[in-house]
Amino acid sequence: MRVLMLGWEFPPHISGGLGTACQGICEGLAAAEVEVLFVVPKAFGDESAPRTRVVGANQVQWMPQSPRDAALGVQRVRLRLDESAASPMPQAAASGPRMDVPKPVRDSFVESVWVDSPLRPYATPSGFWSERAGRSSGWDGLPGGSAPPLPPERDTPGWLRWAQALAAEAQTQETPQDWVQDQFAGGYGGDLFDEVARYARVVAHLAAQESFDLVHGHDWMTAPAAIAAAKAADCPLVMHAHALERDRSGQAGDVRVQELERLGLTTADLVVCVSHYTANIVHHDYGVPRDRLRVVHNAVTQKEQQREWHTDRTVKDPIVLFLGRVTMQKGPEYFLEAAARVVPLRPDVTFVFSGSGDMLPRMIEYSARLGLAEHVHFTGFLRGKDVERIYSSADVYVMPSVSEPFGIAPLEAMALDVPVILSSQSGVSEVVTHALKVDFWDTRELANKILAMLEYEPLRRDLVESGRDEVRRMRWELRGTHLRQVYEELVS
Amino acid sequence: MTQVVFYFQIHQPWRLRRYTFFDIGKHDDYFDDAENERILRRVVEKCYRPMTLLLEELIEQHAGAFRCAFSISGCALQQLERWSPETLEIFQRLAKTGCVEFLAETSHHSLAALIDEDEFRAQVRAQHDHIERLFGQSPTTFRNTELITSNQIARLAEDMGYQAILAEGADHILDWRSPHLVYRPEGCEKIRVLLRSYRLSDDIAFRFSNRAWASWPLSAATFAQWLGELPTSDEFVGLFMDYETFGEHQWEDTGIFDFMRHLPGEVLKNPRFGFATPAEIAAKVDPVSRLDIPHPFSWADAERDLTAWLDNAMQRASHRSVHGLAEAVRATGDPETVETWRRMTTSDHFYYMCVKFFSDGDVHKYFSPYATPHDAYITLMNVLGDLRRRLGVPREGLLVP
Repeated sequence: MRVLMLGWEFPPHISGGLGTACQGICEGLAAAEVEVLFVVPKAFGDESAPRTRVVGANQVQWMPQSPRDAALGVQRVRLRLDESAASPMPQAAASGPRMDVPKPVRDSFVESVWVDSPLRPYATPSGFWSERAGRSSGWDGLPGGSAPPLPPERDTPGWLRWAQALAAEAQTQETPQDWVQDQFAGGYGGDLFDEVARYARVVAHLAAQESFDLVHGHDWMTAPAAIAAAKAADCPLVMHAHALERDRSGQAGDVRVQELERLGLTTADLVVCVSHYTANIVHHDYGVPRDRLRVVHNAVTQKEQQREWHTDRTVKDPIVLFLGRVTMQKGPEYFLEAAARVVPLRPDVTFVFSGSGDMLPRMIEYSARLGLAEHVHFTGFLRGKDVERIYSSADVYVMPSVSEPFGIAPLEAMALDVPVILSSQSGVSEVVTHALKVDFWDTRELANKILAMLEYEPLRRDLVESGRDEVRRMRWELRGTHLRQVYEELVS
Repeated sequence: MTQVVFYFQIHQPWRLRRYTFFDIGKHDDYFDDAENERILRRVVEKCYRPMTLLLEELIEQHAGAFRCAFSISGCALQQLERWSPETLEIFQRLAKTGCVEFLAETSHHSLAALIDEDEFRAQVRAQHDHIERLFGQSPTTFRNTELITSNQIARLAEDMGYQAILAEGADHILDWRSPHLVYRPEGCEKIRVLLRSYRLSDDIAFRFSNRAWASWPLSAATFAQWLGELPTSDEFVGLFMDYETFGEHQWEDTGIFDFMRHLPGEVLKNPRFGFATPAEIAAKVDPVSRLDIPHPFSWADAERDLTAWLDNAMQRASHRSVHGLAEAVRATGDPETVETWRRMTTSDHFYYMCVKFFSDGDVHKYFSPYATPHDAYITLMNVLGDLRRRLGVPREGLLVP
């Protein structure tokens, strides 16, 4: 089985849990013998997972249709791997001096493919003409003002007439075309919506080049791309709900995001949710019928992790850890408010606040205002070894999320023998037994549980030991099998 | 006679290196020596050396008629001693001319006057001794960090034996009165306060290179003419400014050095004018009245208040946290520990945490080694966390900012 999977990030270039989960899903699918082509907006060249090929939309070149191509319904697409890497790949340094001259186009799926399909990402007539209007240079050769009659559906005679009209024009106005390679910033900043749209266009071009059994898109950023790709590749569509706008922003969500979310979730043949918590929201907010919802919980990448950094630990006092994006969704202020309740009773406790996000400056100021200047240390965003290092320095990990579709971080903490306190408003609390759970708003109870965890060694020991075993059972392989079963509902 | 009183401020902080949570308990090299050296050498080349040589030349040329004063923070003196002793020698030659006064301040350009009187006195004494040792002068004029002054701070300076204290000639303090007369702070018996003539000072320090300014380009003759238009009852004109004005804030190509080269000659053309040091004014001129300064104020930003250093919770909490270690630091009796800790009392660390980004913030940003005020706070709190552990000082619960 071959799946075109669309995601917005992939390790090691991640800003949140989405990329990590996607990598796990790919590993799980590999074990279930599913082959994946994973497309991110921007690839750096060092992404990897078994049976998975990760490419960036930034590596894809496509040629604006000449009138002739358009008339024939041909789209030219190719992949340029050599121009993909924003940072040089490690082997480039080893193999000799870096060249400034452009290297020849390396092998790709296809160098230049002619496809019998009038392909457009937003495959509606109005979408076609609005795109054409906004991109006059890319569509040179087509008459600007008076559009030929719109093709209503691809298999009606209208198409034929339209193609003939264009072909007639093409005879008089044939201009050479240049390859277009879109730039992608990756991440979530800047022109995110513009990037979402351009990503969709590139992915749709790509989807038509090869055959896939299924398109699987992760979260709203990929919804337009996934819909266009499924249409182009003529295969079923699965959308995967990791985090919803409501989780991120509460009631004050971005309407544009919600609409893309709605588009993806209601168009998909099946929607995979990371928890029952999320499935309920998808059902209630977007009216997706329950028989189209499937729950596949996240899991943990199993490594033989020891608390190797434990001896390296330099701070002797107990450490309570917050680690996650510093956004409203993650409830960072409840962590600080609980800290302010703990410190008067246990001034020896250090609280470590890791991660970055739009609320970080406010949280730093808030910690000072709460009187926690000496008790809270901020590490900023951590990567790789530093993440393991901070987990294994911690005596308690707290995830006070306001709304957490899943929340993989506590499982990583448990895998590293750190006992966790979870918000009950999280998907992960559905699958974890050996953790303390608390309503995020109840900072008094959160403080109480932090203190209990620090005071009562037997409690800690039980949570650590049982929690470790519990996490060991949450393998991506099992999720991959589960996901394949979901696919098989759609692919005979 | 109206005297022109030039006072130049020199200060360089000991900037902290990037110090993360993972460094706590592991590293006690808190300071970014390479960066501190790089900045000092740059400022020496662009400002300290050429400007000081120019002043030496002017003093010689005018045979004692041109005079000025310096306050050089202890941190800056340490850095000059370490990385540019040849520049320090030029200042030492100036000290010998008898035309240049060196003022007293806190050794570490700190805000100790606002929080810890004992530490304030200790730092002023240390700086006093340092000046005596390097320049052979016993200072009689005091200037507090960033000219932060109040009745209370003036009383402290008076108690330590100083004859004069410098302050900003701020409108809200003076009201209708002239900044060009000598006053006595409320509650003081002997000390005189000499005020900064901010309009004329800022014509040189801030507006000099501003092409949108009606008086651009400013010539020494024009400036002397402006002085000539002042009432004859004015006793002195306090031109107080950062020394980096010359060559660093105003680059050489703005003509700032030429301006200074010609200014003394132009001023002295008018027999009504001379140059004097703050100590000379304090010795000769009696106060015309009392000046009430109930709340500390400074020479910084548009507000002339303390909000550049001690306004938001990060600034107030970290400043309290630094000074909370004072007793434990002094108890070690270890000069190296005391020095390390004092470098954290330097006002710059708190200035970097200023979030007033919109009007004065851009100035703050220019001077900050950090990308954001929050980075400044995080770094200082990490360093303090390490120092606290080394001192074995337990935390005592919430630290209300």
